[in-house]
Amino acid sequence: MLVGHQPKDFLLAVSGLTVSFDGFKAVNDLSFYVEENEIRVIIGPNGAGKTTVLDLICGKTRATSGSIQFRGQELTRLRENEIVQAGVGRKFQTPSVFEDLTVFENLEISYPRGRTVFGSLTFQRDDAVKQRVEEVAEMIFLKDRLNTYADQLSHGQKQWLEIGMLLIQDPDLLMLDEPVAGMSVSERAKTAELLNRIIKDRSVLVIEHDMKFVEDIAHKVTVLHQGQILSEGTMEHVKNDPKVIEVYLGH
Amino acid sequence: MVINSRFFNRSELLGFLALAALLLVILPLSLDIFRLNLVAKYLTYAFVGIGLVLCWGYGGILSLGQGVFFGLGGYCMAMYLKLEASSVANTKIQSTPGIPDFMDWNQLTSLPFFWKPFHSFPVTLLAILLVPAFFALIIGAAMFKRRVGGVYFAIITQAIAAILTILIVGQQGYTGGINGITDLRTLHGWDIRTDHAKFILYFVEVVLLFGCIVAAQFIRLTKLGRILVAMREQEDRVRFSGYSVANFKIFAFCAAAVFAAIGGAMFTLEVGFMSPSFVGIVPSIEMVIYTAVGGRMSIFGAVWGALLVNFAKTSLSESFPQLWLFGLGALFIAVVLAFPNGLSGIWADHIQPRIDRLFASRKSKSAAGMIADGAPAE
Amino acid sequence: MFGDYSISDLGAILAMQGFAGLILFSVYVLMALGLAIIFGQMGVINMAHGEFMILGAYVTWMTSNAVQHVAPWLFPGYFFIAMILAFIASGALGMLVEWALIRHLYKRPLDTLLATWGLSLILQQAYRSIFGAREVGVELPEWMMGSLQATDSIQIPINGMFVMALTMLITIAVAYVLFWSSWGKQVRAVVQNRVMAGAVGINTEKVDRYTFGLGCGIAGIAGSAFTMIGSTGPTAGQLYIVDTFLVVVFGGAASLFGTIASAFSISQTQSTLEFFLSGSMAKVITLLTIVAILMVRPQGLFALKVRK
Repeated sequence: MLVGHQPKDFLLAVSGLTVSFDGFKAVNDLSFYVEENEIRVIIGPNGAGKTTVLDLICGKTRATSGSIQFRGQELTRLRENEIVQAGVGRKFQTPSVFEDLTVFENLEISYPRGRTVFGSLTFQRDDAVKQRVEEVAEMIFLKDRLNTYADQLSHGQKQWLEIGMLLIQDPDLLMLDEPVAGMSVSERAKTAELLNRIIKDRSVLVIEHDMKFVEDIAHKVTVLHQGQILSEGTMEHVKNDPKVIEVYLGH
Repeated sequence: MVINSRFFNRSELLGFLALAALLLVILPLSLDIFRLNLVAKYLTYAFVGIGLVLCWGYGGILSLGQGVFFGLGGYCMAMYLKLEASSVANTKIQSTPGIPDFMDWNQLTSLPFFWKPFHSFPVTLLAILLVPAFFALIIGAAMFKRRVGGVYFAIITQAIAAILTILIVGQQGYTGGINGITDLRTLHGWDIRTDHAKFILYFVEVVLLFGCIVAAQFIRLTKLGRILVAMREQEDRVRFSGYSVANFKIFAFCAAAVFAAIGGAMFTLEVGFMSPSFVGIVPSIEMVIYTAVGGRMSIFGAVWGALLVNFAKTSLSESFPQLWLFGLGALFIAVVLAFPNGLSGIWADHIQPRIDRLFASRKSKSAAGMIADGAPAE
Repeated sequence: MFGDYSISDLGAILAMQGFAGLILFSVYVLMALGLAIIFGQMGVINMAHGEFMILGAYVTWMTSNAVQHVAPWLFPGYFFIAMILAFIASGALGMLVEWALIRHLYKRPLDTLLATWGLSLILQQAYRSIFGAREVGVELPEWMMGSLQATDSIQIPINGMFVMALTMLITIAVAYVLFWSSWGKQVRAVVQNRVMAGAVGINTEKVDRYTFGLGCGIAGIAGSAFTMIGSTGPTAGQLYIVDTFLVVVFGGAASLFGTIASAFSISQTQSTLEFFLSGSMAKVITLLTIVAILMVRPQGLFALKVRK
């Protein structure tokens, strides 16, 4: 697929990615590359295939054709949990946390140790675990709520908890699907602050509609339209691309 | 700061002690051996219930085929006992002495290969645990790896229960058919039909039951227990936290199968026979009923459910056979509609708080003699 | 195995066996149709479906007795009255059950399964108390007895043909109601997006109740047809419930065509195997095959691939 320069410095190399649902191509021959420590934002109108792209990378949806290389490993052949273990973390659009468990237990489950059946039977809650959980809990503003059951948390707090659960996994590639959607203004500000802190030392792939937020964090922006790349580059470049303006404002 | 720091919390400890007192002291002292043997029979279903709490209550996997595993355990034990009862000396009037009577009636002239290992007691004990576990592993691996769950899993396990029953009934010469394997006499030379033996077996069973309770509680308190709960709510999140959801489901299903099999083996010993009527769809669903009534989230609840529903069944169906089925149906509907957490839920929501208040206001007046039940998780 | 039969004998036996399979197919289809509506369209597991069918059978039995005593001249055609009555009785009971039980459990499918099992116990006991534990059979009007002599060695029973014709008619009617009538569109709208359907003015509660009632009513007709070829007892419904669920699941839960195709293949497999093996082994092998196929292809024979 990729001739010429080897994607050695790319963390994630998506090439020729296609998925069709009963003939409808939600993602169509898509290629893009994410570098180490890059923050990439995917934008695009509804139905452009943004969430599907994340689904494909994390293994939730199987690609019809194409390849997803992560550090030279082919992700399309791995199962979801193996993809996580390879270092890809995914946050869903609606907060998905374990409501019948406490904040502590939620974070503990995400702690990357004892992930096999017998590993989890012999898993000990030692000081390293406790310390890391408390550290992360502090970062996500939930330090004093460790023993609260997650169903008692507000929508924003659940979003933070899920971000915390990803954080504790310490992934090399973090994928966030609309992390500030549905949040109050103050929660939004806090989340931006949180994200700015956690996106250091790793690559991040974000779907977001909030343009101010995008402008704040994005290194590079990819605009999707009908499952294909419409434009790619800096925010400045994308904003002035006539094709983008046409899609967003043309009608 | 951590909630699960002790093996049993206060109310669970109370539940454990109350159950121990009831089963080890009160019932043996107050019941004659016939009634005590009935209790022993009820308790065999408690093993199934404990497994269902793990697999259904915690893991959210409803199996309508637990009778299969109960039956496999029971049949393994029955095969051993039957071979012992079919010594050449005992069966010399048969045309082929030394094989079980029903084989002789069905013109078999030699012992089928799969019966042969059951000459050995240690092999039998291993088979009781491993055969059901292996079965569960195959079913679980096939289904959970392909993400079959929920109602589909329930229906398919039910179909498997139906298949096994039809197979056992149809293959009379190999299985004893509809009558099952009967006329069991001795275990390693020890006559299991005497009152004394029944008394001893009762205690063996209760000890095993407490062993299973402790094992289930252990599983519940490990991270695996929390992963089961997590999986029930947000399967995808567990998957994207790096766990293989299928493996955890397979484990829960296999554990439930092994618990059920121990119950089945004890059933054979206590009752003295095993038949397909404890394998099929109806007994399998009844086992779910006991668990639901006791409380699907409570290990102790499962034991109480098995005891109380069966007690009601025996006493009601003795005097009002018609009312019993109405009652059972209504009980089931009521539990599902109004009390999804069963008796243990009622206990935890309504009775426990009152006792706590009683303790708080009048320290000395303890609620002695009251039946304590483990509250659901935390 | 075939040594004792001549080629034409064998052909005749296969044809008769195939025909026996077609009757089994009709019963499966009639039962599965109702179930496919309730399970496939509403996602509700109704373990009491067999009991709704048996209600239809008992209604037919009562009608036949009543007609014989009150209006013997009507007897040749009583079956049509009975069928309508069976539909009404089972359908009405179904709507009552939906109102009292099912509507509280839409979000807990596994619990519906358990609750309807409780209901089936109650209904079975009710039948036993009212009609007695013994099986009852209806008397067929004269024109339904006997059989057509197709060739020298092939006989086709008339009641079987009648049941098959009936099955076809009802299947067409159900397909019409679900796929072409405006009511069917409402049902599908509710299934696909309950909130949205409510928002555009569909009375979702009413749709649920009538859908459940329709499914149960068809079960009643199935029971009515069932009396033509077998006798009725309080627990007869239970014998069919697992098979029927397998038919629906095997066909792909949301596909009417799949249900029919799967009922056909299952019934033909079973009745053909019955010729070579004992009845119980035929059933074991049929069921095992279905379970094995479902393990490899859990979505059933006919299912759409959709996102999520």
